[in-house]
Amino acid sequence: MKSAPKQDRDDLAVVRSGKGAATFAAPSPRLPGWQRRDRRISFLFLVPALIFVLVFYVYPIAYNILMSVTRYTAKSFVTGEAPFVGLGNFQRLVNHPSFGTSVSNTIAFTLGSLFFQFTIGLAFALFFQRKFPLSGVFRALLLVPWLMPVIVSGAVWVRLLDMDYGVVNFVVRTLGLTSQPIAWLTDPHLAPISVLIANIWIGIPFNMVVLYGGLQAIPESLYEAAAIDGAGSWQRFRYISWPLLRPVSTVVLLLGLVYTLKVFDVIMAITRGGPANVSHTLNTFAYSLSFTTLDFGLGAAAGDVLMAVVLVFGLIYLRYAYGVERELTG
Amino acid sequence: MNKQLFGLTAVIMAIAMILSACSPAATPAPQAAPPTTAPQAASPTTAPQAAPPTTAPQAPAATTVTEWDYQSSDPQKTQWQNVLDECSKQTGITIDRQAAPRDELIQKVLLAAQQKQLPDVLRIDNPDLQQVADTGALAPLTDYGVDLSGLYQNLVSAGSYQGKVYGIAPGINGMALFYNKDMFDAAGLKPPTTWAEVKDAAAKLTKNGVYGIAFSAPATEEGSWQFEPWFWGAGADLKKLDSPEAVKALQFWTDLVNSGSASKSVVQWSQGDVNDQFMAGKAAMQQNGVWNLSALEKAKINFGVVPIPKPDGGAAPGPMGGEVLTIPNSGDTAKMQAAGKVVNCLLSDKEMLQWATLQAYIPARQSVAAQSVANDPNMKSFVDAAAAELSRTGPPANLGPNYSKVSQPLWTAIQAALSGAMSPADALKAAQQQAESALK
Repeated sequence: MKSAPKQDRDDLAVVRSGKGAATFAAPSPRLPGWQRRDRRISFLFLVPALIFVLVFYVYPIAYNILMSVTRYTAKSFVTGEAPFVGLGNFQRLVNHPSFGTSVSNTIAFTLGSLFFQFTIGLAFALFFQRKFPLSGVFRALLLVPWLMPVIVSGAVWVRLLDMDYGVVNFVVRTLGLTSQPIAWLTDPHLAPISVLIANIWIGIPFNMVVLYGGLQAIPESLYEAAAIDGAGSWQRFRYISWPLLRPVSTVVLLLGLVYTLKVFDVIMAITRGGPANVSHTLNTFAYSLSFTTLDFGLGAAAGDVLMAVVLVFGLIYLRYAYGVERELTG
Repeated sequence: MNKQLFGLTAVIMAIAMILSACSPAATPAPQAAPPTTAPQAASPTTAPQAAPPTTAPQAPAATTVTEWDYQSSDPQKTQWQNVLDECSKQTGITIDRQAAPRDELIQKVLLAAQQKQLPDVLRIDNPDLQQVADTGALAPLTDYGVDLSGLYQNLVSAGSYQGKVYGIAPGINGMALFYNKDMFDAAGLKPPTTWAEVKDAAAKLTKNGVYGIAFSAPATEEGSWQFEPWFWGAGADLKKLDSPEAVKALQFWTDLVNSGSASKSVVQWSQGDVNDQFMAGKAAMQQNGVWNLSALEKAKINFGVVPIPKPDGGAAPGPMGGEVLTIPNSGDTAKMQAAGKVVNCLLSDKEMLQWATLQAYIPARQSVAAQSVANDPNMKSFVDAAAAELSRTGPPANLGPNYSKVSQPLWTAIQAALSGAMSPADALKAAQQQAESALK
């Protein structure tokens, strides 16, 4: 068991260093003929996947980058002509009054969502780790946000947070916390927070389910042994649950990162990026530049920036993931 | 599975997923193929007339045309379908219709233009007409025998680009102030005729969960459209968004919201939401379009209609609303000739009156408009105002295909001022800068 992953990793190192490609092109003379043929055949098996990646991932990304250096407008669709403008779109993008807001929103939105979804999800997972009457029913109920289409949840949140008739304001005012109704969705400071809250709510069940699964996989005997040694509940969490959950946590956080960076429907359903563009993330901002302003070059440039942000997050994640693995495999 | 490999793959997939979600070029196939070969979609009654090729006059005349519009929800969807069915019967041409919501239609049209698969008849919003004509995607209507006589002049000019007419609407619409007569009577108020009176009535009628006035200021063209009567009424010009007149108009709206006479939610409301508020008795006045008349009349609400005033009285010029029929350059002359016949039928007096009555639109031909007033007296203030309505792309600013580059900063400024993010003056100043840089 232990040697197999190591073998894989060596292969990966070969591929990454570029030596693998060279092996395919000019097989080492030391290999017997049947093995060389084998390699060629195994390469053929890769072709469908390669074509898929090229057509559906590489081509759109490359096309997006190409668009971002041209003045691509509605007219370009008809005439097929889009003059090259170099970095002009990026210059216009940076000078756009809503660009800075979109970038900081993207970062705050991502970090805020990940942090709260994870901690609240973990709290629920630990809570449900103890069996109690009806725990199954409650756990099932908590899944509802995950099962509902986001557009539907968004519409519900719009209702809940409505300034005049919303349930949230009704409760807040009944409790006497404020005399004036709170403009959750239309106040420029509150609107981004309202969207964040909705997105956290949507993400909690997923975090809970996966972390709960991870907790179930930890052998009961460890806890029993710790209890005999006199470990309290905090120590049991700190020295057993938390370290053994780390592989699961990284996966949860990675998937959460993907989900949050690409989030689009939540924002479109709740604020559409408004009022006055204050609740845009790069994603919705790029969409509005392309499909509302019909300035596709500028929208593509915003998409490029998003790609850069994703790369940064991705590299941070990779570093972290390697760290965890080194720790686990020794 | 190896974890490093998994991590690496996952990150690559993450990047790809995100990019393909936001890249405009990344939606290749789904909308690519308008069914040019599917005549079965039309109503069965038209099939016998359309089918026998012996009835074709001489050359191979087209018997099927495709039509795209954005009336994708009822009642408009069915009303428009009825008129299309009528014209299909009259012309013997099967009309294959596709309706998509407004935001989607423009994307669909752009992709279709790229792949040279435009429909034969395309119905778009009038302020978009010049922008689309500018791309070269449309053919002049007169080349395909469309009769333009007796139409409102502002409608013809809104449908023109560089001296040729590319789009005509069978009916136009406009806005007015609707007021709840019961609430006004109870408060002893008269319907307002100046800005001061609007403000005063709105303040007096705001109580017990009822707002004095409701209007809509979303981050779409609807926001600019609703603001324009006040903007133009104050004497402002779209060429200069930060003029003192423009600031005065936006200050007026902002004061209505800040004083509590209008809900802060106006920045979220569509015009449909505004009408819901008015119908539910949650607003004493609403600024809305003529198309709400039929629903309001059916709902048995005791309401009246007055023009949106200028600051010191008199009716303010409003923007002209309505969707224009165009004939895209599909390259298939026979189809385009057939499209011309269909458009002519849709613009004929009978069809125009029937459809405009159903929709509560103002018929595009003045003689027909007079008939519609005879049928419904509530139409009078709208028909009276119709000739004075301004085309958003036309004079005085003459923005033409660039209208959206000004309209978008304008609606953003409206949102910024109403939500309290900026003062009206600062918001409009930023909008003017934004518009100037977009027009460069």
